[in-house]
Amino acid sequence: MSHTANHPVLDPRFAQPFPKAVLPVLRNPQLRKNVAHAIDVIQAKRAKLVAEKTDWQELRTAASAIRTHALENLGFYLEQFEERCTAAGGTVHWAADAEEARKIILDILHAENASEVIKIKTMTSAEIQLNPFLEASGVKAYETDLAEIILQLGEEEPSHIVVPALHVNRSQVREIFSRTMGLKDLSDDPKELTNAARNYLRQKFLKIPTAISGANFLVAETGTVVVVESEGNGRMCLTLPKTMITLAGIEKVLPRFQDLEVMLQLLARSATGERMNPYNSLWTGVTPGDGPQRFHVVLLDNGRSSILAKKTERQTLKCIRCAACMNTCPVYRQTGGHAYGSVYPGPIGAILTPQLMQMHYAQSLPYASSLCGACYEVCPVKINIPEVLLELRSQVVNQERGKFVRFFDPMYLGLRVASVLFSRAWLFHTAQFFGGIGARLITRKDGWIHSMPSVGGKWTQTRDLRGFPSQTFHGWWAARGQQPSKEAK
Amino acid sequence: MNFGYLVSAMRASLFITCYNDTLFPETGRAVVTLLERLGVELDFHPKQTCCGQMHANTGFRGEAFSQAKRLVRLYQDTETIVVPSSSCVAMIRDQYPGLIQELGNAELQQQFRALLPRIYELSEFLIDRLGVEDVGAYFPHRVVYHASCHGLRGIHLGDRPWRLMNKVRGMEQIALPNLDRCCGFGGTFSVKNAEVSSAMLAVKMQDVMSTGAEFCTALDNSCLMHLGGAMHRQYAGMKTIHLAEILASTEAAPAEALA
Repeated sequence: MSHTANHPVLDPRFAQPFPKAVLPVLRNPQLRKNVAHAIDVIQAKRAKLVAEKTDWQELRTAASAIRTHALENLGFYLEQFEERCTAAGGTVHWAADAEEARKIILDILHAENASEVIKIKTMTSAEIQLNPFLEASGVKAYETDLAEIILQLGEEEPSHIVVPALHVNRSQVREIFSRTMGLKDLSDDPKELTNAARNYLRQKFLKIPTAISGANFLVAETGTVVVVESEGNGRMCLTLPKTMITLAGIEKVLPRFQDLEVMLQLLARSATGERMNPYNSLWTGVTPGDGPQRFHVVLLDNGRSSILAKKTERQTLKCIRCAACMNTCPVYRQTGGHAYGSVYPGPIGAILTPQLMQMHYAQSLPYASSLCGACYEVCPVKINIPEVLLELRSQVVNQERGKFVRFFDPMYLGLRVASVLFSRAWLFHTAQFFGGIGARLITRKDGWIHSMPSVGGKWTQTRDLRGFPSQTFHGWWAARGQQPSKEAK
Repeated sequence: MNFGYLVSAMRASLFITCYNDTLFPETGRAVVTLLERLGVELDFHPKQTCCGQMHANTGFRGEAFSQAKRLVRLYQDTETIVVPSSSCVAMIRDQYPGLIQELGNAELQQQFRALLPRIYELSEFLIDRLGVEDVGAYFPHRVVYHASCHGLRGIHLGDRPWRLMNKVRGMEQIALPNLDRCCGFGGTFSVKNAEVSSAMLAVKMQDVMSTGAEFCTALDNSCLMHLGGAMHRQYAGMKTIHLAEILASTEAAPAEALA
């Protein structure tokens, strides 16, 4: 299998609609096996550790309240963060959109005379497509998270927000490392693979003095930035370089330092099925003689404040990027992340991506769910994802229904007609009658329909449909009422 | 058997739901047999159509409004409503409040608030309202129960289905692996994202078939239509049957599915 860039950079503006994008994935046994295996493992670990917390539901309630309060007072807390971070020696920049954020970061890198930069895993930087931009501007960015190294060297795209290389298995990793690091005798033993990555990384850590990170949380009270990670690469990036640039979405703010008590318990268990993250790094501005001496925070809006303005959709921003929703999602389990055409896949991506795109792109994503509700049940901050999916679906229908092409779209036409039929019982009953006659034309001798026309064919491509019964229930009930005796046995 | 002594003149009205009325009338007939055997005086409102779930879940909110309004008005004078479909009950409980609030009609809101506690999914009605677990059923078969997403997470049926099934004489239950995983139906999802839906169905079919049961049962004919459609297509040798039909089944009058 080829590891060259098979898919374009995940960009909702150019992505295929979800039902089309999944087709190659569904036919790829290795990818589906990798994804299902990986999330089954994470899910089982999570379930075990959640079960041992007797106050799990109380923690969720508290986290939801903290995040809701932070969002409802976002302006206040962001300004407080800016003030406290600045007082501690940091520099805070405000970026309205991706382009502005990229420019701010590049300007800082130019001021530092940096031609190379090391990175701690940050999905926000993928959202603004920072790496290709820096590359085109003459700055080489090196990822230091193991999964991100695999993707960067293999020229692959992330398929998950916590475990971005979840779709790649160990023998594929061996192939990528062996090819790109020139290690001919590398085996697929995890220890050897990790050692290869470690050797590759050490040189970067020691020689590149500029780093870029994301943020799991920004603490307004203290002006602190928090990054949690499992490998220690983040800790290296936070201690060795001279300059650190943190890119964070404006929604990442927490009011108080104490709020971390709730958030870190929930995040570790929900994300990786651990009681505590191995590395929890917190830094406040600049500390003389310790760690980076120049520190910048870039606060990114990029569509977030427009989400904040909407009542039902606002809860999307409560997300702490634990990925529990995608790990439990039966759709994601089949498709993996690439089909979502966004760096944010799975249920949270299905609501976040179209909103970040102001509903101009990714309109197929709110439909990429069977509304089974598993995501809502596991969400540590209680985002009612099905509720937001439905809200976004109604926005999509409002956009589409006036269009000429939709007038003959069988789905739109069918639902419009059905609505009229449901408005009067006699219309509904008439439709049942004629529908029954129509169905008999395509019902086989075994009493089942094996092939239906139009959108019905989507059903019969993998399932049969039992033929219409000769009598509806209401017909039976009416006939029964006319009989003298209706004594049940 | 006569269980009429359990309740005194309990009255209830059956909301059969649009797809059961059209495609699964045997489920409705079973509910009638079952509840009348338990002494319930059952009524059926002939003007009922649909709860609006299909429209609401596909994004046709305007259409869902009018169906919600229609259902609330239709049943405003009804004492108790029984629904043999957990997804339609979930629609009414989860989505109606928002829809009706958005409509901003104070009288309708009042009517809805009064109606809501009178709506029962079938197993809720049996356990919570009638207080009965043993409904006198006999079904000498190997059965696997599929907990539909709306029954499990939507309206939190909990152990109610099992409390009913445990009292069915002659029935052998086989536990379904990955019970909480969706079968991939999802209403219009099954045609809008037919391929993903089919992939989910294939995984669910593996679990269901691994039980070696004769029948797969549930409290939602929508999931059963999906699973049953695959079973028929694949000559899988398993059938689907709504739990109401199992509960209605007796030695003297076995379920229609056995005919």
